[in-house]
Amino acid sequence: MDSRALLGELPRLRRYARALVGERAAADDLVQDTLERAWSRLAQWRPGSDLRAWLFSIMHNLRVDQLRRPALLIQPGDGEVPEMAMRATQSDSLEVGDLGAALERLPEEQRAVLLLVALEEMSYEEVAVTLGIPIGTVMSRLARGRERLRLILAGQAAAVQLRVVR
Amino acid sequence: MSPNPISENDLHAYVDALLPPLRRAEVEAWLAEHPNEMAHVSAWREQNAALRELFRPVLDEDLPDRLRRLAEAAPQPVEREKKPILSRWALQRIAAGLLLATLGALGGWFGHGQYASSERLARLVPLAHQAAVAHVVYSPDLRRPVEVGVEQEEQLVKWLSKRLSTPVKPPKLGDLGYELVGGRLLPGNSGPVAQFMYQDALGRRMTLYLTPENTEPHAAGFRFAREGEINVFYWVDGSFGYALSAAIDKGELARVATAVYAQLAR
Repeated sequence: MDSRALLGELPRLRRYARALVGERAAADDLVQDTLERAWSRLAQWRPGSDLRAWLFSIMHNLRVDQLRRPALLIQPGDGEVPEMAMRATQSDSLEVGDLGAALERLPEEQRAVLLLVALEEMSYEEVAVTLGIPIGTVMSRLARGRERLRLILAGQAAAVQLRVVR
Repeated sequence: MSPNPISENDLHAYVDALLPPLRRAEVEAWLAEHPNEMAHVSAWREQNAALRELFRPVLDEDLPDRLRRLAEAAPQPVEREKKPILSRWALQRIAAGLLLATLGALGGWFGHGQYASSERLARLVPLAHQAAVAHVVYSPDLRRPVEVGVEQEEQLVKWLSKRLSTPVKPPKLGDLGYELVGGRLLPGNSGPVAQFMYQDALGRRMTLYLTPENTEPHAAGFRFAREGEINVFYWVDGSFGYALSAAIDKGELARVATAVYAQLAR
């Protein structure tokens, strides 16, 4: 693993972490832990195999460990203002705030599968390997996640229309 | 109809462009006759596109330095910094703790040990951050911003000097428009620290945080930190660390910090 390759994966690791965790500082902490663990487990890395998949599975395992621990919320102390990912176009039927909020309402296991498929454009087999679950589980989580997201967004749209009518 | 029935998995694979061309055509033909499923498929597609769009800006963000350094670092230096459950550093701390406890039991060395361990701990919670947190916690308190009010200034000074085992005195900032409100004792990294609170005519509060835990031995001169809304000037003078915190303009805070420094140096 050379550092240039690792550096090249950073933006995508950060994007996935942000989408999964939501908050910027916490997401970057997860990326940092991932890098540290990757260096410390360098011996387990087989040259020529998929570096991205390896890093994503490290991140996944760290995240699972994190979620098992009782939550201890630490405010970022570096004075950075958390930035929200923003999108310029407003014309689409899906609004940014809605989607972000709806995504957070998915169970994390469904969110992870959906993000690996949608953002990382992984095949279902790759998702299964990355998350260490059977492909059947990948499919059922994907199906449930997508349906749930659709219903949440449809519900929000309905609620908005209702308010407008009244 | 296709001889191979279309499953839900096919629909998802269709959305994710993971089907071979032949199968894709079959799914397309099937969807044309199933408007309900077609609507779902469109919604899922839209989700994919919207998610990519929503998080695309993250790809273009500047990489935080800490991450860039960590990605660029050769394994050797990183090896020292990695964080297993019990790092070498933690083991050293535990060893030091045991040693200190022994020394303490042997008698008389506790003060020395406290100094050594506080210095190490201070790297965990930097002075400016401690001070900013203390400011944020106590300055908005209307009824009890301080433990001992300015009307008992003499007692306040006596009490804090005793608890910190060294003479401490709140600087006079009236000329700069800040009157003493009072002070309190707080837990620092390894022992007591003091906080003096001031406020101006508008009720804007400023706190001076004062710690005998010599936190940054190499520090010389003023340093500035920003913690959210709070600006902090901090410095080390002798064995004391000082931090002046307020949600006011950096320039004004610098002016007050200079005055505080000058008074304390006397």
